[in-house]
Amino acid sequence: MYVAVKGGERAIDAAHEWLAEERRGDPQVPELSLAQIREQMSLAVNRVMAEGSLYDPELAALAIKQARGDLIEAIFLIRAYRTTLPRIGHSRPVETSAMRCDRRVSATFKDAPGGQVLGPTFDYTHRLLDFKLAAEGEAPVARQAEPTLAPTPRITEFLNRDGLIQDEAHSDETPPDMTRQPMEYPADRSTRLQALTRGDEGFVLGMAYSTQRGYGRNHPFVGELRIGAVEVEMEIPELGFDICIGEVTLTECETVNQFMGSKTEPAQFTRGYGLVFGQTERKAISMALVDRALRWEELGEENVGAPAQDEEFVLAHSDNIQATGFLEHIKLPHYVDFQSELELVRKMRREVEGSMKEAAE
Amino acid sequence: MNVTEVGTEARQRWMGLLARAPAARLAELLEVAGAAPVHEWLRMPETGGVMVRGRAGGTGAPFNMGEMTVTRCALRLETGEVGHGYVQGRDKAHAERAALVDALMQGPGAEALRAAVIAPLAEAEAASRRERAAKAAATKVEFFTMVRGED
Repeated sequence: MYVAVKGGERAIDAAHEWLAEERRGDPQVPELSLAQIREQMSLAVNRVMAEGSLYDPELAALAIKQARGDLIEAIFLIRAYRTTLPRIGHSRPVETSAMRCDRRVSATFKDAPGGQVLGPTFDYTHRLLDFKLAAEGEAPVARQAEPTLAPTPRITEFLNRDGLIQDEAHSDETPPDMTRQPMEYPADRSTRLQALTRGDEGFVLGMAYSTQRGYGRNHPFVGELRIGAVEVEMEIPELGFDICIGEVTLTECETVNQFMGSKTEPAQFTRGYGLVFGQTERKAISMALVDRALRWEELGEENVGAPAQDEEFVLAHSDNIQATGFLEHIKLPHYVDFQSELELVRKMRREVEGSMKEAAE
Repeated sequence: MNVTEVGTEARQRWMGLLARAPAARLAELLEVAGAAPVHEWLRMPETGGVMVRGRAGGTGAPFNMGEMTVTRCALRLETGEVGHGYVQGRDKAHAERAALVDALMQGPGAEALRAAVIAPLAEAEAASRRERAAKAAATKVEFFTMVRGED
């Protein structure tokens, strides 16, 4: 028998009230402002924008505050907000070769034109806790040098001139949008890149790491990693021309991967590509490795059955909001489902007990 | 003066500058310039998302990265000029001011407004870009060749 029950409104209200109090914490401690989160927790803000799939630092800061620092919950809030926004249109593909780079390094070419620019990196820090930060101090000031304002050329373009690296076929085709159309497998590379750029950092990192450990190894070098601002341009139909509608900070990673050649292709280097909102280099490198692993078929490589080569496995599990939604729903009331399971187990036990008794007699 | 006389390129430049400008700074400059003409709405300010696209490998086929917030509006001045505002973020007053400047830049007060609003915004943007580039330049690696083992 199905019995509908209701109740719990009072408990829920009280729980949310307490949540608000706990979120605020000790009232003796000053409250966090959105500007503080945006400026001083900027890499958390970047992650929420990348996986929330919405570039708006102020909103990401609000989401982090509301979620008490739970980034997946914050991403959830941003995704929910995103669905309420009317879609004004789409941009022209961003020109990352025109990026004003804060950071630009290559692990393959020491003397890359434009140089190795470290930017504000954690690399080469000793990873020792800095207790000076526990005390209030003066705002540090970074040193400056004569700037180069010319665009930094992309490193793979040099390899490309000699035909040593696989060419990216240029097209202006409208890419499929997984936020508008249901996923279909096999997916094309554009859909894979969209899923990876908004995918969970931990999941994409784990998949990338699995390829390094031998599950679909593809011998990547970081040909180039760059972080910086690019202008976003959009065609405005009522004006009949393109205008810049703003500026976003992006992280781009291009890997250069060994490729032994195939029946149709000579030996040359191949590429993996990562492009992510914000300063998010762990994610961008991971994305490039996974992108490369998923290209096995197109490049005529063997499918060794590695998880990172399995497009459906990767794409269907990379979204942390889908994952957490399905995972966390099992903690919500399932009284009726469980009741029927309980009945079933009792019935099976009765039957077994009955037959054991018969056998004994 | 109509739009073709103004020149598309010049208009693209100021519209882009207005889209990227800090909203508070634009408001300040407009107030100082005393530019608050009567206007009617052609499109009320609305906030929406624009899907930002990239290209595979930076140069290949386009793909969808994610959206950014954009606020737009359109208005007409009493004198007939139509201004469009497309600005990054969710600030409707910012979009309105951008559209106002866009309209005024097509009218007789363009030169005065260029000096009072456009030029200071452009200078501030150039200065902040230059400062970031200077900090990046300070982190450029200079390699020194150590003793090379030849044997």
